[in-house]
Amino acid sequence: MALRSGLSLLRYISLRTSSRVLSTHINPEINQNGEKTAEFPGAKAPYVTEMKFLNENSYESIPIYRVLDNNGDVILANEEPTLDKETLLNMYKSMVQLNQMDKILYESQRQGRISFYMTNYGEEGMHVGSAAALSPQDLIFAQYREVGVLLYRGMTITELINQCYGNHEDPGKGRHMPVHYGSKQLNVVTISSPLATQMPQAVGAAYAFKRTPDNDRCVICYFGEGAASEGDAFAAFNFAATLDCPVILFCRNNGYAISTPSSEQYRGDGIAARGPSMGLHTIRVDGTDALAVYNAVARARELAVKNKPVLIEAMSYRVGHHSTSDDSTAYRSLEEIQKWTSDENPVQKLRLYLERKGLWNEESEKSLIKESRDFVVRTMQDAEKKKKPHWKEMFEDVYYDMPLKLQKQMHEMEDHLRKYEEHYPMENYEKE
Amino acid sequence: MTGILAQNTLSRSLLQNVSNIVKRLSSHFTYYPDESKPIDGQTNKMNMMQAINNAMDITLKTDSSSVLFGEDVAFGGVFRCALGLQEKYGKDRVFNTPLCEQGIAGFGIGMATAGATAIAEIQFADYIFPAFDQLVNEAAKCRYRSGGQFDCGGLTVRAPCGAVGHGGLYHSQSPEAFFTHAPGLKVVVPRGPIAAKGLLLSCIRDRDPCIFLEPKILYRSAAEEVPVDSYEIPIGKAHILREGDAATLVAWGTQVHVLLQVADMASEKLGINCEVIDLMSILPWDEETVCNSVKKTGRCLVAHEAPLTSGFGAELAATVQAECFLHLEAPVSRVTGWDAPFPHVFEPFYLPDTMRCFSALQQLINY
Repeated sequence: MALRSGLSLLRYISLRTSSRVLSTHINPEINQNGEKTAEFPGAKAPYVTEMKFLNENSYESIPIYRVLDNNGDVILANEEPTLDKETLLNMYKSMVQLNQMDKILYESQRQGRISFYMTNYGEEGMHVGSAAALSPQDLIFAQYREVGVLLYRGMTITELINQCYGNHEDPGKGRHMPVHYGSKQLNVVTISSPLATQMPQAVGAAYAFKRTPDNDRCVICYFGEGAASEGDAFAAFNFAATLDCPVILFCRNNGYAISTPSSEQYRGDGIAARGPSMGLHTIRVDGTDALAVYNAVARARELAVKNKPVLIEAMSYRVGHHSTSDDSTAYRSLEEIQKWTSDENPVQKLRLYLERKGLWNEESEKSLIKESRDFVVRTMQDAEKKKKPHWKEMFEDVYYDMPLKLQKQMHEMEDHLRKYEEHYPMENYEKE
Repeated sequence: MTGILAQNTLSRSLLQNVSNIVKRLSSHFTYYPDESKPIDGQTNKMNMMQAINNAMDITLKTDSSSVLFGEDVAFGGVFRCALGLQEKYGKDRVFNTPLCEQGIAGFGIGMATAGATAIAEIQFADYIFPAFDQLVNEAAKCRYRSGGQFDCGGLTVRAPCGAVGHGGLYHSQSPEAFFTHAPGLKVVVPRGPIAAKGLLLSCIRDRDPCIFLEPKILYRSAAEEVPVDSYEIPIGKAHILREGDAATLVAWGTQVHVLLQVADMASEKLGINCEVIDLMSILPWDEETVCNSVKKTGRCLVAHEAPLTSGFGAELAATVQAECFLHLEAPVSRVTGWDAPFPHVFEPFYLPDTMRCFSALQQLINY
């Protein structure tokens, strides 16, 4: 099985450089109006006399770039990225920490300790592979399932857990649902729940970078294949291309938007096929292969900082439920999930690779898991003890200066609480 | 990792999770079941999710042009209102759409323009805004701009709205007032299962496009004896749920239950009887019932979860002062969400809860 898929991969790789073939090819013998191409403002294209409609079968599928096979072996030696030991271990450790955090916080939601949670299982390779290829100065617009990117970037487990608990140490001041992280310091724009809204914003931010003298920063925008159905996704692709923005549009195609499989989300050749058609440099990559993702994003970054916008479609599988509000067994089978937790498990692939390089072993695995788990549990217990921010924080940051009307409302609440304090959970919130 | 997943999948279900949410939240209001009987005949105990499911079931059974669609609707929708309907009526009538609210609304307008009955689900009212253009510029103006030649009255857009205890910024909003500013739309909010079924059937059969906002916390809050047969509850007719002479308390959706409790507190602690009115529909709204009540009581309190500024309470207050000026003993009181986005951990301080409404009522009485 592994051998067969290895062979078919080789075939894909040889296809990689070949251009996509149109079945409606141009017959040179056909009179093309003096062999000239048409000069319409909207299209410079040859004339043909044969009428033929194109459809999704008019093009070859865009191949999926891969570096590692399922056993963690490098398929083609010259595709192996030159990453130092420290980087490789950081990548792997971020994955393991993420898994442990997901496991424990998911359970903590089930026990009613936090209100909501979303796991990242199956997508760890995309997170660390892309994060490692970026500069810390590059601005990140994320969706909500890219926590590995944030961990690799340097967000601490403590910050993440404080956000989930909405305590007074949460940089977002308890206003946002769990898993909506953000850090100005780490160049991570605070996550919003509406889907795809971040996409044209990322393009705009990239344009602002472009106008900065000697710009060497780019913007990366993560989004799901479901979000790519929103109008904002089209706007982002189109603006990125027409305004030549230093942006990497990174699609995590994990196969599901809550319960909706990608087969009901789009027709044609996925999200990647939209790239070339809209003027974006485009690659499709195996998202379960952290090294392939690294290579793709590293190269994309080189293009982006030269104001050549890039679309990456990373293929993966959402192993966990959509969120704690979801039970995915209502719409998919355990057998289907199984495949992606064994053969195509991104964490396992990178671990096998590291083991082959002599950088990792059973012993280090065990101690990292234990260390991560203990740290998450301890941090969670600490976060739980911390009070929520003072209730007046509810009125802050609506505007830069609090308008008089809002000040009046805040005082109204203050008077109300003075009278009816016993009806409110004051003990859980910070005092002034 | 497989182990984790299997364990989680086996041990938990969505149902359990939703009931946990409701449990966590039960402090913010007490549910007052509706004991009315809109029609004679058999009733079944249904919660609001089941009553909505039942209304759509009746529609799909009796109207062969009708379809139901939206994100994740095929497996029943994230709140399970469409549960079992795809199995019953087929994939061409109950189906998933791509993840695109403007698409869902536009597609629904198109279906209705072509004469079909379209029930479109937006997953959360907080996510209806990409569809704002389609609803406000297209659905609302379709008949008007064509001189009455075309209309999209067959469209009903359903969306879960309102506070749920832990929804934060983007799973808690009550956007009704935005849509009341678009002449041509109807906006309806039920307070429970009996109202939901009758009002939804009215919306679906109405000749104008309707936005049906379902307070999500009510989906499983309580069950009522809901008639099994089809029935309609008229849009634009408010219901007086409690008669009284001391003050008129007006609300819709979840907030009706808050005000019913406030009326109980008022009679217990202040020895006064308040009239409680469920507006049922926000646009059109029943001026006559509200104003007649205020003329009787001389005092009016309006409460809604949405922020104060430009909330629908402003419209009610303006009309009440214009129509009942000489009868008023005090200015109209509005108890609402604050003029801030809906905050996650501060929800207990943000909502116009019983204590805030009761306190405002006391001020209204002692004005």
